[in-house]
Order: sequence, then C-alpha cells, then structure tokens
Amino acid sequence: MTQYFSKAALLAIAVAASTGAASARDQIQVAGSSTVLPYAKIVAEAFGETFPNFKTPVVESGGSGAGIKEFCKGVGENTIDIANASRAMKDTELKSCVDAGVKDVQEVRIGYDGIVFATDIKGPDWALSPSDVYLALAAKVVVDGKLVDNPNTKWNQVNPKLPDWDIAAYIPGEKHGTREVFEEKLLAAGCEATKASETIATLGLDKKAAAAACIAVRKDGKAIDIDGDYAETLARIDANKTGVGVFGLAFYENNADKLKVATVDGIVPSTETISSGKYPVSRPLFFYVKKAHLGVIPGLKEYVDFFLDDQMVGEDGPLVEYGLVAAPEAERKAQRDAFAAGETLKN
Amino acid sequence: MTDTTLNAPAVAARPARRDIGLKRRYAAERRFKMYGIIAIAIGIFFLAALLYSVISNGYTAFWQTEVNLAINFDPEVIDPDNKRATDPSVLLTANYPVLARNALAEKLGVSKTDRPAMREMSKLFSDGVRGQLRELVAANPSLIGTTQNIWVLTGADIDSAFKGQIDISVEESRRKVSDRQLGWMEQLKGEGAMTQRFNSGLFTYGASSRPETSGLGVALVGSLYMMLIVLGLSLPIGVAASIYLEEYAKKSRLTDIIEVNINNLAAVPSIVFGLLGLAVFINFFNLPRSASLVGGLVLTLMTLPTIIIATRAALRAVPPSIRSAALGVGASKTQMVFHHVLPLAAPGILTGTIIGLAHALGETAPLLLIGMVAFVANSPVTPLDPATALPVQIYMWANEAERAFVERTSGAIIVLLLFLAVMNITAIILRRRFERRW
Repeated sequence: MTQYFSKAALLAIAVAASTGAASARDQIQVAGSSTVLPYAKIVAEAFGETFPNFKTPVVESGGSGAGIKEFCKGVGENTIDIANASRAMKDTELKSCVDAGVKDVQEVRIGYDGIVFATDIKGPDWALSPSDVYLALAAKVVVDGKLVDNPNTKWNQVNPKLPDWDIAAYIPGEKHGTREVFEEKLLAAGCEATKASETIATLGLDKKAAAAACIAVRKDGKAIDIDGDYAETLARIDANKTGVGVFGLAFYENNADKLKVATVDGIVPSTETISSGKYPVSRPLFFYVKKAHLGVIPGLKEYVDFFLDDQMVGEDGPLVEYGLVAAPEAERKAQRDAFAAGETLKN
Repeated sequence: MTDTTLNAPAVAARPARRDIGLKRRYAAERRFKMYGIIAIAIGIFFLAALLYSVISNGYTAFWQTEVNLAINFDPEVIDPDNKRATDPSVLLTANYPVLARNALAEKLGVSKTDRPAMREMSKLFSDGVRGQLRELVAANPSLIGTTQNIWVLTGADIDSAFKGQIDISVEESRRKVSDRQLGWMEQLKGEGAMTQRFNSGLFTYGASSRPETSGLGVALVGSLYMMLIVLGLSLPIGVAASIYLEEYAKKSRLTDIIEVNINNLAAVPSIVFGLLGLAVFINFFNLPRSASLVGGLVLTLMTLPTIIIATRAALRAVPPSIRSAALGVGASKTQMVFHHVLPLAAPGILTGTIIGLAHALGETAPLLLIGMVAFVANSPVTPLDPATALPVQIYMWANEAERAFVERTSGAIIVLLLFLAVMNITAIILRRRFERRW
C-alpha cells in the first residue's frame, strides 16, 4: 500500500512536470514595483475586458529591484515578460540582464508619481521646504560652522513658522524606490540649500562619502522608517496625531478626508503642479519589456500598446483618476513611437 | 489511668505535628492557580481584541450596496448596425455601461445633455456593470429590446458612504463623494431602489482594481487546489516514511541523522521552502510561475515534517502488545502494520495532518517567491493556471489605498478564520471519536 502511495505521488509529480513544460503560456506575466502595481492592475483589468480573446495579465508585486531581478533571469516561458519599476534600471542590472541572455530590453515611461508630506486632517497647515526637511531629519547638521549630531527635537526649532510639535516623521524604508526620491529631492537639496554641503566638503571626505553624509537620516527615533506600504504610514498618523507621514500622491488623494497635505516650497502637490515640474518631489515611473517575448507571448504587444494609449495614460484616463501624473502629450507620443520602433536599452 | 498517660503526650504533641507549612502551601497553591487564571485571561483578552477588531471591521464586507435599475436593452446601443446574427462578437464589445447610465438618468431625472451631472452620476454604479450585463446578454440574446429590473453594484466610494465609512462632515472637496451624489443616494434609498444585499461576489469574483468587483474567487480555488495537492502528496509520503522509520528501520546512526533532520526541517522558516520551490520546481522542472501546482508542491515540502512527526508519535503510542499479539497469531509484519497498528494510529495521524494542512492554508511567505502574490483576475481552471491563496489575498487587500478594501481585508480574514476553525474542529472531533486509551 505504501509503495502504491509513493509510486502514485512520483507519477503525479512526473505528469505535472511534463504537462507544465508542454503547455504554452497564454497569459502575460508582470512583476515589480508596488508603486506601479495599482496602475498595472487597472490596465490589466481593462485589457482583459477590452480584448475578450486574451486573458487578463498576472501582475505580481514585490518591489522594483525584485521585479528587475526576476526579469533578468533569462528568456523563456517561465520567466516574466514585463518588470514594473519606480526608478530607472541601473547599469549593473542591465548588465546582469544581458549576461543572462535578455539582450533586448525596451524601456517604457508611463508617467510621474509625486511624493507628499501629510499630517492629520485636524492639524494646522504645513509649508515645508527641503531645508526644513533636511534640518529636521538629517543625521548631522551644521551648528556654528561645525557638523554635529542633529539637536532639533521640535519642528518650530527648524523653522519658526512650523508648529510646536515633536519631530516624528514616518518616511519610506530603505528598500522602497520612494526612499531614493526622498533622499535626492529633499535631503540632498536641503543639504545644498542650508550650505551644509560646503561644511561637509571641508571635511576631506571623497565625493561619494560626502553625498552619503548629506542624505544620512537621523537614527534617534525621530525619523521612523516604514517598510510596509502607505496604509501602515496612515495607521501611524492615526495613532500619533502630531506625526508627519510621507505618502504617494495617489494614496493621499484616496484618503484626503483623513489627511492634510503640506506644501513644498510653497507649491501644493497636485497632478498639475507635478506634470508641469513645479512641485519638486516627483519621479518618473517605468516598465521594461522583454523584446524577445513580443510575438511569442500572445497579447504582449497589444498590452503595451493599450497601456500607452491615451485612453489609459492620457489626461482623462483611469490611471490619472487613480493618481498617476500624466506625462505631457509630446512625451507620451515619443514613448509610443519608441516602443513601436523597437528601441532597446544600450549597455 | 493508663489511658490518660497514653493520651496526654499525644495531645500535647499535636500542635507540633500539625505545623507542616499548611498555610504556606495552600497560599502557594492559590497563587499558582491565580497565575494560571491570569495567563488564560491575557490570552482570552487578546483573542477577544483580535476577533472584535476583525469582525467589527469586516462584517460589512458581506453586504454590498446595490441599486435597482430598469435597464432597457436598447438594440440601438448594443448592436447599432444590427449584425449580431452574423458577428456575435458585437455582443461582447458593446458599450453596456451606457445602458445603466441611461436607466439611472431616467430614474433620477438627470438631463442627458448635462455632461458634468452625467459624469458624477456614472460614479453611482460600478464599472463592473459592463461584465454583468454582457454576461446576461451573452447567455440570453433575446433580452435585447426588452426592459429588465436588474440590481447592479454601486461604485466603491458610494458603497463606503452608504455604509457610513466615509466622514461626510469634512468639506466636500476633500472627500470622494460629492453632496450631489449623497442627495441622489438619499433619494434612491427613500424609493427603496438602493439597499444593501448579500455580497455573493465576495466569494466568486477574482482580483480587481475596483473594490466592489474584487472577491476571493481565485484565492479560494487556488487554496483548494493547493490543499488537495498537499493532502494527496504529503499524507501518503509522510505516512510511508514514518511507518518505515518506526516499524521497519533498524536503529542506526543513519536513522538518527534522518530523525534530527526531520525535526530540524519542521522548524525551518517557510520562506526557505519558497526559495527551494523557485529553484527546483520553476527553474529546474520548468513548471509555470504563479501556478497552484507549484504552490501545492512547496507547501507539501513544508507540511511533510509536521505530518511525519505526528504520525511517528501516533504509531509509537500503539502499545507493543498489539504488535506481539498480531505477530503471535501468525500475521506477517506488513499485515501487522496495516491491519492492526495503522488503524489504531489513524486518529492521531489525521489530527496531525489536519493541523499541518491548516498551517499550510495560512502561509504566504513561500508563495511570494514562486509568483503567487499577484493580481490574478481569471479564475484558474487547472492547477497549472495562475492563482493566489486566501492569506495572499488578505495581504494584497491590506496594501490597497481605497477605503472599501479595509472592510474586505477583514472580511477575508473572517473567511480564513472560519476555514481554520472548521479544520481544527474536525481534528478535535476525529480525535474524540476514534481515539483509544490504553
């Protein structure tokens, strides 16, 4: 009896393995950034509804880095077709792609995403600048010409116009793509603006270490890394009414009855101010297509065309309604043309 | 006289003999009981807090706001060129939302030329109406040209507002539902045309970017397939391995090593099995990504040690006298195992298996790496199709931005808890009913 059992089990595995290898995949597989995920889901769903002859693509989340790594595993039916990313692919990643046989990668830029600071709806209005953020959250700041551990404990010590609240900021954790934008557009910019970078430059650090010193975040519990999603940040703000959270624009707009958004450099974040480039803290969103899979996986080309169509990424499309900031008309057209022409990333 | 002399010292010695720390020992006993009660009270408090937060957030997910519309299946909208007889695909691509919009405009008295009002009004019903009406028409094309009263889902924000989950005291521009939409809601509610109905879609729809049309359908099918695979593979393999180790194998260094390894494997974090699954089943055997087959195989690996340990304990609990008696009346070793030992050990084995399955049902980590934490809209037909699992769906919904997903997250947790409760109760009943004590 036991022998039959184990034989049957082995047989089941063998049958499964052979059928798995034999059946052609008829469904697009996408993986990557959790920021791009909601947009990819909307497009995937609409794609499935608009083209009854294709199945709805499967969209995994897991982060830009993880998605690109999966994407660069190689070419074939058991590798994914598209990687979503909230940042551009790095040269090292492209190299690992090429080494694994993924020679032709097409880059598609779908639009922009803004990062906003928000507080509990009942709090006062906030007007931040990169300098305020730097002075409040950097690990070291300049006091009397010397670089010291950040002594600020209240927001109004940083800028008298800010409220008398203990500093408690919920910022994206280090594995988030959002963190890079936060570091680059706020901390590094604030470092420049407060002339702290000049003091750091006198310390004799090499360029890389100086840049790292500028964007180092304080570790004394005033700046709290959130490794989960924005829903967790919102829960923290709910629990601590004097906390300041960092959110994606789309998430803020979906929860505008609970949150009050802060201006940065006097600009209110909105799809208009981000697409015009006035609001400083924004980033482009991408996805990457495996050229070798076009024409092999049914519907892949149609999916990308559908994604780039103005009825999806355009100003009146559902992605903008969800919170994506549409790229200007000319850029959208350029993306469509580049994809149609089959342009690939150069190593 | 002799009596008194004998009794007197005994009476005198009594107080000394009775001082045996009785008070202290009673106090210690009372203290220990109290610690026990406190421990249980803490446990019950946290359980109650968990259940309260889940149920109070989640019970609303089982009802969904719907609006009753008198939809006129206008052939001018569905099939303007009248070619459905020759080209049935027009029925699939027709603009069904327009039908619902026209019906609602008529009901609310909104002018079809007032475009801003029409746009605002379209938010009252879900975009999912396209699929709903398409299915109706595709199943029964004779509906075209008739008018039917149909319940359609409302948009997610309207549903949240109807359930009182959106704070309508804040100013209008800061919330997702406008004053005009609230007015329409009141009007429809007064007419009885908008009400909450049982949300059967929660159990049938797949993943969706629209909260109102997203459901656990794909996750339930995926979890079912995985449980069947886990049961079908890990029970026979686990039982065979344990019987061999317990009844046949001679105790040697090798069996000791195997035993240590099995106990170790039972404690390995489940994500490690996910990595193994990715490397072996997907990269080596070329099985498809995101398929419940791969998920089932990974969970089988994870459940096997639990089942082997439980089975071996159950086999060991069968007294040796049973074995000796069977062998004594001339049974072979195999007959002894399968006719006597295994039936007596079965309740213990089944309990262990069910607990192992319940554990596997609640796992997400190993599924992450094999691509099952994903947006899957099409219901899987075979175990080779992409699917998700119940805990995965909970995780994905917990990360959504829309308010309406909050109740769905808790609703899905309730469903998962119910499944786990049913499985564990089955395990207890099996044990109670068939267990033998010696």
